[in-house]
Amino acid sequence: MPFIPHTADDVRDMLEAIGAPTTEALFDEIPAELRAKSLGGIPAALSEMEVGRMMLERAASDGLPLNFIGAGAYEHHVPAAVWAIVTRGEFYSAYTPYQAEASQGTLQLLYEYQSMMSSLTGMAASNASLYDGATAVAEACLMAVRAHRKSKSQRVLVPAALNPAYRDVLHSIAGNQNLAFELLPYDPKGGQTTVASLEKYRGADITALVIQQPNFFGTLEDVDALTDWAHQAGMLVIAVVNPVSLAVLKPPGEWGQNGADIVCGEGQPLGVPLSSGGPYFGFMTTRMEHIRQMPGRIVGRTVDLDGKTGFTLTLQAREQHIRRSKATSNICTNQGLLVTAATIYMSLVGPKGLAQVAATSMERASQLVQALIRVPGVRLAFDGPRFHEAVLLLDRPVRGVLEALAARGIVGGCDISADYPSLGNALLVCATETRTPRDIETYAHALAEVMQSAAAA
Amino acid sequence: MSNVPADLRFLKSHEWARLEADGTITVGISDHAQQALGDLVFVEAPEAGRQVAAGEACAVVESVKAASDVYSPVGGEVVAGNAALGGQPELINQDPYGAGWIMRIRPADRAQFAALLDAKAYEAALAAETH
Amino acid sequence: MHEKLIFEHSRPGRSAEAQYPLDEATPAIPAALRRTSMPLLPEVSELQAVRHFTRLSQLNFSIDTHFYPLGSCTMKYNPRACNQYAMLPGFLGRHPLAPESTGQGVLQCLYELQEMLKEVTGMRGVSLTPMAGAQGEFAGVAMIRAYHRARNDLARTEIIVPDAAHGTNPATATMCGCTVKEIASLPNGDIDLDELRRAVGPQTAGIMLTNPSTLGVFERRIGEVAGIVHEAGGLLYYDGANLNAILGKVRPGDMGFDVIHMNLHKTFSTPHGGGGPGSGAVGVSERLLPFMPLPVVGLDGGHYRWLGAKDLPQSIGRLSAYMGNTGVLLRAYVYMRMLGREGMHRVSEFATLNSNYLMARLSAAGFELAYPGRRAGHEFIITLRREARDYGTTAMDFAKRLLDYGFHAPTTYFPLLVPECLLIEPTETESKQELDAFVDAMIAIREEAQSDPAKLKGAPYTLPVRRLDDVRAAKQLDLAWKAA
Repeated sequence: MPFIPHTADDVRDMLEAIGAPTTEALFDEIPAELRAKSLGGIPAALSEMEVGRMMLERAASDGLPLNFIGAGAYEHHVPAAVWAIVTRGEFYSAYTPYQAEASQGTLQLLYEYQSMMSSLTGMAASNASLYDGATAVAEACLMAVRAHRKSKSQRVLVPAALNPAYRDVLHSIAGNQNLAFELLPYDPKGGQTTVASLEKYRGADITALVIQQPNFFGTLEDVDALTDWAHQAGMLVIAVVNPVSLAVLKPPGEWGQNGADIVCGEGQPLGVPLSSGGPYFGFMTTRMEHIRQMPGRIVGRTVDLDGKTGFTLTLQAREQHIRRSKATSNICTNQGLLVTAATIYMSLVGPKGLAQVAATSMERASQLVQALIRVPGVRLAFDGPRFHEAVLLLDRPVRGVLEALAARGIVGGCDISADYPSLGNALLVCATETRTPRDIETYAHALAEVMQSAAAA
Repeated sequence: MSNVPADLRFLKSHEWARLEADGTITVGISDHAQQALGDLVFVEAPEAGRQVAAGEACAVVESVKAASDVYSPVGGEVVAGNAALGGQPELINQDPYGAGWIMRIRPADRAQFAALLDAKAYEAALAAETH
Repeated sequence: MHEKLIFEHSRPGRSAEAQYPLDEATPAIPAALRRTSMPLLPEVSELQAVRHFTRLSQLNFSIDTHFYPLGSCTMKYNPRACNQYAMLPGFLGRHPLAPESTGQGVLQCLYELQEMLKEVTGMRGVSLTPMAGAQGEFAGVAMIRAYHRARNDLARTEIIVPDAAHGTNPATATMCGCTVKEIASLPNGDIDLDELRRAVGPQTAGIMLTNPSTLGVFERRIGEVAGIVHEAGGLLYYDGANLNAILGKVRPGDMGFDVIHMNLHKTFSTPHGGGGPGSGAVGVSERLLPFMPLPVVGLDGGHYRWLGAKDLPQSIGRLSAYMGNTGVLLRAYVYMRMLGREGMHRVSEFATLNSNYLMARLSAAGFELAYPGRRAGHEFIITLRREARDYGTTAMDFAKRLLDYGFHAPTTYFPLLVPECLLIEPTETESKQELDAFVDAMIAIREEAQSDPAKLKGAPYTLPVRRLDDVRAAKQLDLAWKAA
């Protein structure tokens, strides 16, 4: 019996101690009519060898195409040491650190993580993670509503240039609590969200403005102007950022005169592989004055009975297990293992290494764009400054082009035509430090071939 | 065992209220409540000028194991919140009926104060609860 | 035995140079957007980082190192095969938005997982997208609201929750814009049906329950509960945290539940990871199928694909940027394939055997059961109120002293109804020897409580730290290290 240690002798002795004749008798409180019949729809058990072979075949059939998609999840080199340590049983199979004395490893790591994220984002304090970037933005909006003393409207301004999946999640999660989201258009030339688009809200009661940097198009926003305008208008500023970019870009804590109020985003680029979509993790940092409104776990440093330094979960009174219906959020289990990976990753690359990863990614993306727009039928959508992604406009539907590229072992980018119909045939491409000049050459060559075979899809 | 001063009024939710000479009402939480909460780490008292209704949650007291709402016993205007609690929340533990006061309210209707539980009734409620 | 912070090992200019591009790129960033301050990240060598985090790991208790009978958490063995096969390169390196033609392998695993979860829970549809139990609860309550709204039954905004429920239940109800009505449990652990009958009405959206309940006992009249709520027009939500007790024996769908969430990181053995990631897959009955959160895997003529908004126009929407915690789902899939049909009910059989055995032995040793005369499910509760009265020791004191004996403590002070309680869940992967050792430790600790209560109050003594000052942690907030 896989994973079950009991021998027949064990079972006999245990039943005797209980005073029950059979293990079946232990279920005698369950009404007979509720008992399940056999689970015919579940296949028979496989040995580890058999299941291993099956999984190997399936993974191999998916192959490892050359990846040029970003769109919120980014392929970076993950040092081998990261997951060698993350999958140690002491991290992997530990529980949430409620018994602090037995969890100092996890707790100290989380404190170090909070320290790194606070500094990286330029804010005072961080939580210990949320589920992902999209839900982090939703939680940030809910937090802004709680934290903003004066605004009653619960209206939040959201750029159209914010990741469309994040906008969907905002509605799914925060829509039920009477938040109203209003869309800010982007400038069709530069691909940016402009102060001009905010003017119509001058004098209105708006709770918060969301700014994504870089935005979904990869374009860099004028964060100072947007932040200052929002603050002058009495709004809180929610920054949604790429943590790798913060090694080279001004952090939200330094945006405008006063800095952003709440910072969040997707932590996956820090040491977490693409993994077919997850698990990733959401991060959130904020000012000290809002700390009690921040959802999720928080670790604090303190001392023990002997005056020795130790770490413990703190401010738990805000959380679901204590505050129940008045909690800041219902979040309990979060994404601890991924935070562990990110902390080890950041420790390995350090500030200089992370800056190099960011800078090289920008350079490769720039080279990618240059190579691709040389192909007839391909042009650049926006002329604003970029991080490591760009939107290309094609002279034909993107879907067929991507399928043809996939047949050649290349995942060419993300088709964003449906999300942004006014752009036309729009393809979001990305290159990071993992894409060599030769990879870029391979892509450009394949794209030229695909675009030449006229009729196509 | 907890201390229940005979000259105060109470809510079942463990707030106490004292009618001052100038007609305002001082509000805090009872000795029983501070014992149950344990060491207080944070208090959010309302700002002066805020209008509150009787029974409205207008302050929060937070310990390591709980965060509880404090309800206003009467309707009226908040005259002051106890600023000392910002740096010293433990005043509520040390002196819940004195230095640990939480807020002062000018009531719109004095009759509401008279309708609150007196010390004996609150003691009886406590006895019934701890069963 | 204090570990320095990683920052205290830093020296300017040091880093792990094998891990990032060395040729200096100078990107074109507008001056106003450039970062001018260096972020506080460690400057250490690769070995220093590896040594630091390896040593930190050694400060933890974990399932791999300690018996971990945390009630309500199901700390069973996490098979390593699940990790190895979930992290195969083809799955690990795949971008979630890559074309479906390049993802038939992973999609097949996820589709089959959906099917197996449907079968084992008796539900008609499954969505794998919620990323934790709490998010699964959110999805469940949101679907209940969507169902009523779609029928124009707009008054139904109240969710009934037993007072013994896990805190996420009422917190979730609030997040969905509902109000919460708590109802009491009877002294024997069952729901008070009379109070339930009084509580339901045209304002009832639904009830959130778990069975067995958080009190560790099976709600025997669940059929009547379902009848009362359904007749009043409400729906039944099943919190699957305790699924380990009934896996393969009873199916929530057969008990009348309309929507359930499962905790894959509990029942299906995906790793707890020091606080996640989890997965809160949801299962639904026929009437809630249209509202399932997106995306769901579909099978179209031999081809696997993601079902989206066009396929499920009434869906409550996306709950994550992609499709949930895929890596966690793959681990659960491998686990379920290794258990197979026969293995499913063995889980609940041996979890229940272990739990009842531990309960019998502790009771025979003189510990007070919270619900004597009831069978334990996969977990049970003891109350240490007598010891508190006689020796002045608390459940917390016992828990801390257990750490010195090499056991992670059971869950303490939950459920809130039972004073000085320990909620104990051994799980099916523990041996009789381990359980006997735990009983021996509890007996020894009680003897210490009697002869030297101060000893318990000062525990633990043998761990990296003594008991921590959590009042100070909350009052003097130190949440991030700052350079001197």
